[in-house]
Amino acid sequence: MSPGAWWEEPVHSLERVWVGLAFLIAVVFFSASMLVWHRFGSQNVTGRAYRVSPQAYQAEVERFVQRYKVGEEGGQPVVAPPPGSDVYVLAQRFRFYPILLLKAGERYMLHVASIDYLHGFSITQPHVWNLQLYPGYEWVVPVVPRHPGTYHMACNDFCGVGHEMMLGKIVVER
Amino acid sequence: MAGFAETESRVCPVTGFRVHQAAEDLVKANAVAAVVALLLGGVAAVVVLFTRWMGAFPPEAFYQYLALHAWNMLIFWIIFFEIALLHFAGSIMLNTRPASPAAGWMAFGLMALGALMVNRAVLTNPLNHLSFQPYPPLRGTPDFYLGTILFAVGALVGVGLFFATVYKAYREGNHQGPLPLVVFGAFVAAVLAVGTLLVGALAFVPALLWSAGLLVHLDPFLWKLVYWGFAHPSQQINLAATVAVWYLLAQLTVGGYTPSEKVSRAAFVLYLVAINLGSAHHLQTEPSGALSVGWKWINTGYLMHLAVLGSMIHAFAVPGSVEVGQRLRGYTRGRFEWLVRGPWHNPAFTSLVLSVALFGFLGGITGVIAGTEQLNLKWHNTTGIMGHFHGTVVAGTTLAFMGITWYVLPLIFRRRVVGERWARWQPWLFGVGVGLLVLAYTQLGVRYGLPRKQPDVFRFRGLPLAFPWPDEVYRLLAVAGVGGLLALLGGAVFVVLVVATILFGKRLTDEELRRQYALPSFGGNPGHGVTETPAVPGTFALCLLFAAFFVLTYLGNYWNLSRSWPIGG
Repeated sequence: MSPGAWWEEPVHSLERVWVGLAFLIAVVFFSASMLVWHRFGSQNVTGRAYRVSPQAYQAEVERFVQRYKVGEEGGQPVVAPPPGSDVYVLAQRFRFYPILLLKAGERYMLHVASIDYLHGFSITQPHVWNLQLYPGYEWVVPVVPRHPGTYHMACNDFCGVGHEMMLGKIVVER
Repeated sequence: MAGFAETESRVCPVTGFRVHQAAEDLVKANAVAAVVALLLGGVAAVVVLFTRWMGAFPPEAFYQYLALHAWNMLIFWIIFFEIALLHFAGSIMLNTRPASPAAGWMAFGLMALGALMVNRAVLTNPLNHLSFQPYPPLRGTPDFYLGTILFAVGALVGVGLFFATVYKAYREGNHQGPLPLVVFGAFVAAVLAVGTLLVGALAFVPALLWSAGLLVHLDPFLWKLVYWGFAHPSQQINLAATVAVWYLLAQLTVGGYTPSEKVSRAAFVLYLVAINLGSAHHLQTEPSGALSVGWKWINTGYLMHLAVLGSMIHAFAVPGSVEVGQRLRGYTRGRFEWLVRGPWHNPAFTSLVLSVALFGFLGGITGVIAGTEQLNLKWHNTTGIMGHFHGTVVAGTTLAFMGITWYVLPLIFRRRVVGERWARWQPWLFGVGVGLLVLAYTQLGVRYGLPRKQPDVFRFRGLPLAFPWPDEVYRLLAVAGVGGLLALLGGAVFVVLVVATILFGKRLTDEELRRQYALPSFGGNPGHGVTETPAVPGTFALCLLFAAFFVLTYLGNYWNLSRSWPIGG
């Protein structure tokens, strides 16, 4: 048999069925699901981002803290912005600032940015979701803290020795 | 060995390939370097594992050993082994002397030097405790970046030599017609490697200049984007190489061959076309606006999924190859006699089966899910990602490479494997161990949001904002710990047996090789036109099971996401 004659060999029907099914799953179903979720799902990474200087962002966050500060915990201000307002989180080695006090089921416009290194913005325990932060980019994205409870933040992108200490807190009240 | 010096080549008594000494030496050197890297990475894994499991080491040690673990395993072990594989596929499988053995040794020297420099940099300076996310503005010392560049240049020379040798095989008429499927897969891996290593230069050369103070600013966003154009595609080289090794193992262990050459090759071509776009899924939770939703969707949606299709085709064709071989050997009863009565006493066969199953069910599925635009919200930088890549490059690639090593030892080193009874258990220890680790880390990440690269989940150094995790987290960490320990044991057995075999294994004569390692109906591109290729109903049934599991897990992840806080749009 000449080399390469396998090109002429027919593909067995079972394999043909599998390739067809795999095409439907991998290319049609998986890709379409992302679009369907954009249309009907409530969790999409579709905020906006702006270039921002670390100084400008820090000043912005400080104004926010002064305006809505209601207390202090562990040396960090606790800030309670009204529902529907803009809320700010600042990430830097090795803290998330400030502590937020939010209302369950209300919509907030979340601003979050790093002012020094890459950080992971992870709302965890209980686990919500994770975003990636860059120095110089301010994320602006609407969020709805759906369920009441105490939520913790942790950095999940290595940002230097001390990364393991980078924690934060969000309290969601009824 | 006696006849070797006169002719500089020999005919392998088992496979019939013409083995040139130059190629054999290069395979040996690269394989040994790979195993040394595996040993270093394994030692580092002990610190990583016990810190995760029970907080045994301080965070500083954790970051350092994590970096050693990552570079030695993910880059040095795997790429040294792949270069060995390219020498095997390009020279030995095509019966051709390497186009330039000197270039092969230059490649080896550069890679070894680069690997030593990176290890030294990580061991001597805390600035270099950078594992596989070494993003600026984190700044290592110049020798760290220079080491990675030298290693990459060496690998590129090795890949170039492979192409030259393939060309030489055709020019000298040592090989005619299409490449054998295994060499074709290696060829695809080599093409992917060229693109990957060049993009790596785009990331690491500026990083070197910046680290040396010759470049003032590196944009962190652009750098990460370019970096993942190197760092994930480097894993796609592994994927193509792993699949090639699977086909080779099916051939060696049961004389199997793919049910359709045409379809298997088309699947490799899909990798070539689409798989490097997968790197975009590292940027799914990036600030949108900086990267548009459309960009993310095009890269990780339709285009990337063509490569997923390629993998799903191999998911049929590789077990299908085993089934074809077994059915031709007479195991034709029912749907699954071919699998049940496989040569399980052969560690290479066990490695093949476990590697394919774990790669598919754990590594592959988690990869597609974690890379899906919205689902990534739950996975990004959690231990779920560790679950994914331990399912692919450890349970899949590493176990497959370990499997083929059981043939490299007798056929290339021509030594009888020491401790064959231990070898029989080795894939089980390693595979089951990694499997447990993957399941536990995936749960920990996706369900509980446990961050990756987090050495101190027990105490958080007693900070005011420290919080306890639920009890299930500690239980799952223990499962991962036990799994990791089993995997380490499996890895240790592998390294000890390989080293013992190379040093003390009984030398095998051609006659002994022929007798003891006879391959089942092996003959180049077997079967086609010789006998009718049997149908593979068992494989089809297993694939349907796989598809159902895949779709249900995928939908389950959307359901899980739907219950979390609304974000966006």
